[in-house]
Amino acid sequence: MDLISARDITKIYRIGEVEITAIKNLSFTISPASFVSFVGPSGSGKTTLLNLIGCLDMPTEGTMEIVGVKTPALGWKERATFRGEHIGFIFQDFNLLPVLTVYENIEYPLIMVQNVEPAERKKRVLRLLDEVGMADQKGKYPDQISGGQKQRVAIARALSTNPKLVLADEPTANLDHATAYMVLGLMKKMRDEFNTTFIFSTHDPKIVGEAEIIYTLEDGALKSKQVVKKGKAARGRKHA
Amino acid sequence: MHNIIKIAIRNLVRYRRRTLLTASLITIGVVFVIVFIAVSGSFKNMMIGQITDSMLGHIQIHKKGYVSSIDNLPLNLALKEAAVKEIGAALDGMPNVEAYSVRIKFGGMFSNFAETTNIRLNAVYPEKEFKTVPLLIDRIIDGKKGLQRGEIFIPELLAKGMNVKPGDTAVIIATNRDGSVNGKQFIVTGVLGSLSGPGGRDGYIHYEDGVELLRMDEPEASEIAVRLKDFGALYKAEAMMKKLLVKNANGDIAGLLEVHTWETLSPFFNIAKMIDVMTVFIRIMLVAIVLVSIMNVMIMAVYERIREIGTIAAIGTMPGKILSMFMVEGLCLGAAGSVLGGIIGVIVVFAINIAKVKFNFGMQTGLVLKASVNPSDLFAISIIVIIISLIASLQPAFKASRMEPITALRHV
Repeated sequence: MDLISARDITKIYRIGEVEITAIKNLSFTISPASFVSFVGPSGSGKTTLLNLIGCLDMPTEGTMEIVGVKTPALGWKERATFRGEHIGFIFQDFNLLPVLTVYENIEYPLIMVQNVEPAERKKRVLRLLDEVGMADQKGKYPDQISGGQKQRVAIARALSTNPKLVLADEPTANLDHATAYMVLGLMKKMRDEFNTTFIFSTHDPKIVGEAEIIYTLEDGALKSKQVVKKGKAARGRKHA
Repeated sequence: MHNIIKIAIRNLVRYRRRTLLTASLITIGVVFVIVFIAVSGSFKNMMIGQITDSMLGHIQIHKKGYVSSIDNLPLNLALKEAAVKEIGAALDGMPNVEAYSVRIKFGGMFSNFAETTNIRLNAVYPEKEFKTVPLLIDRIIDGKKGLQRGEIFIPELLAKGMNVKPGDTAVIIATNRDGSVNGKQFIVTGVLGSLSGPGGRDGYIHYEDGVELLRMDEPEASEIAVRLKDFGALYKAEAMMKKLLVKNANGDIAGLLEVHTWETLSPFFNIAKMIDVMTVFIRIMLVAIVLVSIMNVMIMAVYERIREIGTIAAIGTMPGKILSMFMVEGLCLGAAGSVLGGIIGVIVVFAINIAKVKFNFGMQTGLVLKASVNPSDLFAISIIVIIISLIASLQPAFKASRMEPITALRHV
């Protein structure tokens, strides 16, 4: 069964009397535990598409099913609940809460979104801290760690609720290339570890190749789909 | 909730300077209100105490119609002996009545054998009068602190004007109810300090001297002054007396009496009311300070944290929790100002008492201000600040909770 199934998705923004079509009749499917990238130049509709998949925005036309739920039919509060249960987010600017420590940032969704028991919470957070290599930095605040470390914390936070899907909008845009490869490697490792589907957008051709399925967007339409299957060993070498 | 409070406090600490400024403003407001209430309240209570404990008593009972012509001191509106006895029996049965004093009030002429002037007099049983108005004895500024038959207390200004001192002899001439005139010789035993308000410049003689001077066939009374054990239960006691004496009384006195608290008998009550009104306005000012300062801070907080709101909303935080996060932030700010203001306010009041600030009231000078803070006032102020903090935070918090995550995340 597909994790995501989108059919004839269209998104039109209305600014005054002007209509801007950000996504045009887009159809695609994504399987569980995939590592997918949406690529394309600025204005191609990558962020809009990720927002639609992430239930942050609703399509103007078309149907979309995520984990078997028709998300366009969900109400405002139901979408928030759905996001909390099934989707993790990684942002370009990391968007960690500055008043919380690394540990508390990862713990936040478990308290404020999923209401997980303290013992289970601690177990999950410590495991994720270990997985992303931030265990020794857990007491630090976001302004005390580097950009790459922030994104590692953001990955751990996105995974803390055990989501089926993690969406990352330009997760490497604010990082140097070495750190960007390290972050993507970590995302893949997490995919392998937790069987979570990762979808990220990028316009950087150098890191596009890290994806296993690449959707290319142009002017809101799907231009091509490329499947690049790589072995685990090969991935490991590249991101070492 | 623990985590919401933790995040709220950390966000307040994050904007330390703004938080300090706002909390200081609220603190100053709370201190100002506490000190004002303590000082004005104690001033008011002291004045009420002076008036009720020096001359009026807490409640007075008269024959119907007496109060409306009280300036004339009408003898034809006196209570008869039977009525006085019946009222006395009723008052003896009321648990909140500490003491009562039967008075004959009348006007007369005071002569020192060389000059004559007019005087207002109260004929009283001294021991009952001193129990009913215990500060009367402190008003004796010259002479002995006791009154026997044939003796008179005269007011200070009259003593000065007529050049009379304790031990001197004087004659009182009075017109009785039927118009005949009678005179009686008295020895001046005490000079009373003057007070503002009705009865503040009256003289005193023994009740039986009054009966004799006015040639009463039976002992009558112009008024009965009552002192209560609990002044706080004034209105309850008034209602009970009205019920017992005015509405339900049997025989002669039914429907013939009127019961008044000190408030309707003294013009100072209007000043006391003005103090209360000013206190209300000061509280309204505090409400405005808290409302404006907290609302301003919370609006700024929401505006500055739009992307953070977008982030937490995107990862699934429910609107109710976002609302509580900001509400608790405003609440913490208000509570901090309230607690700090409460502590400083109590310290300032304590300092005022240590400094023994003095003031004058009418003819009385050197009264020491005894400021006191009622715990219920402290509690009420804290509750007002906390409720207003919540109200002030509500709009910004609601706005934050209703923010579309996609719009918030795009905010630069």
